Amino acid sequence: MIEGLLGRKLGMTQIFDDAGRAVPVTVLEVGPCVVTQVKTKDKDGYEAVQLGFGHKKRLNKPMQGHLRASGAQPRYLREVKVDDSASFSVGQVLDCTLFEPGQLVDVTGWRKGRGFQGVVKRHGFRGGPKTHGQSDRLRAPGSIGPTTTPGRVHKGKRMAGRMGVQRVTVQNLHVMRVDPSRNVVLVRGAVPGANGGLVIVRHAVKQRKRAAATTA
Amino acid sequence: MVDVVRSIAEEYTRADIPPFSPGDTVRVHYRVVEGNNVRIQPFEGVVIRRRGGGTDATFTVRRIAAHGVGVERTFPLYSPLIEKIEVIRHGKVRRARLYYLRTRTGKAARIKERRRPAGSYLR
Repeated sequence: MIEGLLGRKLGMTQIFDDAGRAVPVTVLEVGPCVVTQVKTKDKDGYEAVQLGFGHKKRLNKPMQGHLRASGAQPRYLREVKVDDSASFSVGQVLDCTLFEPGQLVDVTGWRKGRGFQGVVKRHGFRGGPKTHGQSDRLRAPGSIGPTTTPGRVHKGKRMAGRMGVQRVTVQNLHVMRVDPSRNVVLVRGAVPGANGGLVIVRHAVKQRKRAAATTA
Repeated sequence: MVDVVRSIAEEYTRADIPPFSPGDTVRVHYRVVEGNNVRIQPFEGVVIRRRGGGTDATFTVRRIAAHGVGVERTFPLYSPLIEKIEVIRHGKVRRARLYYLRTRTGKAARIKERRRPAGSYLR
């Protein structure tokens, strides 16, 4: 059993479900992923497979060597956990039939960059008052700490700065539809990142834990 | 990339929706689920707005209910809950959004009929 697959966000649209309700969905291109390396408990200390996704025209010499056994030229390489590495072999191709409609998935992506942002947008501060004689306080952070003791600003104090371009996982998204002919998975709701960006689609952690608890 | 998204969205559009535009009077046969029963509820009125493209297109129908109360309902154009749409009358109007009808009642809210052979207008 493999934890998940690599994919690409294609964009959002709206579909109608069986009950006739309009549902917002994100279209994800999931797989085909090629197994490029198998990591075993004996050799590496943990069980995982390295998956390749996409296509890259030119590979440098070290990459050519690494990928020779699988015969693939993927753009992305990422490791994904597996239960039993013995049932996977290098060169094996996995597709979106891993997922089925109705199940829940977690989707990881890279949040869009927002540049240098103030404290109101970045951390959700309320800013200052608009009226009562205030000037230049509307989006100000307020006090950033005490005075002589400690005489410095505490580490981790939330301030303005670069926002976005973080790895973000959205949990428990409903799989609305799986289309193996186009390698497409439709997921209910939004997914982090720009269209065309790499995403990792996994079986939902919370659902897996619950399933493990009921069988145990 | 966008083509895949668009082709998926197109699968959820319907070809059996007749052409109509703001100012037209339509009767929308809408499926209503009540417990285990599915009933068809017609809603008749003037189309005062069409908006959006692709699967998220909607239109708004305004009807004067009992005691002169105006009722507006917005339907998703390609909703599978729409049994059918009947175009009862083509209206002659000069704008796309007929919000001005909200402030008018009775005679002032009339719309002239557009008499032209079917299919001679766009859409």
